[in-house]
Amino acid sequence: MTRLAVEDRTRFLIRRDHPWWRVLAVVGILVVWELFARIGWVPVLFLPSPIGVLREGADMIVSGEIAMHVAASLRRLVLGFAVGAALGISVGIAVGFFSIAEAVGTPVIAATFPIPKIALLPLLILWLGIGEASKVAVIALGVFFPMAINTYTGVRQADPLLVRAAVAFGARRWSVIRKVMLPSALPMIFAGLRLGAGTALLLLVAAEMIAVESGIGFLVLHAGNLMQTTKLMVGIVLLSLLGVLSHWSLNRLERVAISWRQDH
Amino acid sequence: MRVVVDHVSKTYTDRGGRSVDALRDVAFTVEAEEFVALLGPSGCGKSTLLNVIAGLLAPTRGGVWFDGARADGARGANARALSAMVFQEFALFPWRTAQKNIEFGLEEAGVPAAERATRARHYIELTGLAGFETRYPHQLSGGMRQRVGIARALAVEPAVLLMDEPFSALDAQTRQLMQEELLGIWDRTRKTILYVTHNIQEAVYMADRVIVLSRRPGEVLADVPIELERPRTEQMAGEPAFVQAAERIWGLIKAQAWAAIAE
Repeated sequence: MTRLAVEDRTRFLIRRDHPWWRVLAVVGILVVWELFARIGWVPVLFLPSPIGVLREGADMIVSGEIAMHVAASLRRLVLGFAVGAALGISVGIAVGFFSIAEAVGTPVIAATFPIPKIALLPLLILWLGIGEASKVAVIALGVFFPMAINTYTGVRQADPLLVRAAVAFGARRWSVIRKVMLPSALPMIFAGLRLGAGTALLLLVAAEMIAVESGIGFLVLHAGNLMQTTKLMVGIVLLSLLGVLSHWSLNRLERVAISWRQDH
Repeated sequence: MRVVVDHVSKTYTDRGGRSVDALRDVAFTVEAEEFVALLGPSGCGKSTLLNVIAGLLAPTRGGVWFDGARADGARGANARALSAMVFQEFALFPWRTAQKNIEFGLEEAGVPAAERATRARHYIELTGLAGFETRYPHQLSGGMRQRVGIARALAVEPAVLLMDEPFSALDAQTRQLMQEELLGIWDRTRKTILYVTHNIQEAVYMADRVIVLSRRPGEVLADVPIELERPRTEQMAGEPAFVQAAERIWGLIKAQAWAAIAE
């Protein structure tokens, strides 16, 4: 008789963390890129070296150019995002709770949602002028739709049992909305905010390519026109950082707002 | 104060126009400080009836009266509710701590914050939740969650406490302990309780009277008084009065329970 040991047959399913591979991937790409630039296989005009981009960035920080562009972009982004999110959440709640609002809102949203918002920019410029208003408006519009749709879905998914419990304990319409529907919808609202943040960044850059003197979008377009590729790359890195920053801050905010959730 | 269920019928009509009778001409009263169990096979409309009494569902015919209740609709510190519900699935608000859940009904009644905290404190002590006030529902065991559910209902000081199979989502041992716990709470508060269950042992063990409902459409089959002393103990399960009451009730619904399975 031989003895056979029982082995853990799920071993190949285990997903490990590979912290070194993470670092290696980023560093490796940068090193290879730098090497390409140094050897001169690719002209610096097409692909500036990472160190060159870094140096250019440092110069632009010292000269205050970056601060100026980032401040202009952030102002548009934050304003547009706030307006779009506030409107989207309000409309989403109304459409989710009131049946008349739902009857009116769902077909209107379904019809307007698929329009690429960037196509509305000329119209918005016509209505609101070439200045800041039209830029903020197009960002707000881009954020509005994912917010409205997600909030609506979140409100509709509120547990009917909890709604009934609230009513059983004396809650009227506004209490039900504020104390049951809204907290129920919070996870969906945050998912919407994340979607909206991506759209907002996209629309920001597009809007900043029309008739502006500042902003990261302007920086990228302008540097491209002058074939200042290194400067252009600085702009792209700034956009990436902006995206990472918004994602990170939304995560922090969500953790605070939904602290009661099981998975935190 | 007594609750009068006055010939309540409930017919559900679906979109296709087909109608189902859930309750037919149900009539009984619950006296002050009485512990009444409402028992029937599954699908007998027990929960429907409880919802009608709680004002969460309109009956098709008949009505529910609270005799001797003040109709001043008091808000603020003196607010008292006609009824409060304890739900089978607890129905606690996951984003509120135990204490905030308990204060919910008081908030809606416009009770000032200081008074809310005092009253919540009282019922936290009464239900054995001391030390768990700041926990969220998902951080509590099933038994603790339902304590919060009970405290939340007691906090609005209702004329009648409506309990919809409150312990059926708990494991058997926890259920046993919670039944004892509830009897202790009832002893101390003398709250009028209407307790829905499909468990005969539970009904006989806890109630002064067991109202037996038939299968759909739910009708009152019998109103069985339980002649057991209080305080009730587990040992009473062997007493003749207990066994006879349980057997009588089982005799009434056994055929119906079979029919429910076959459905």
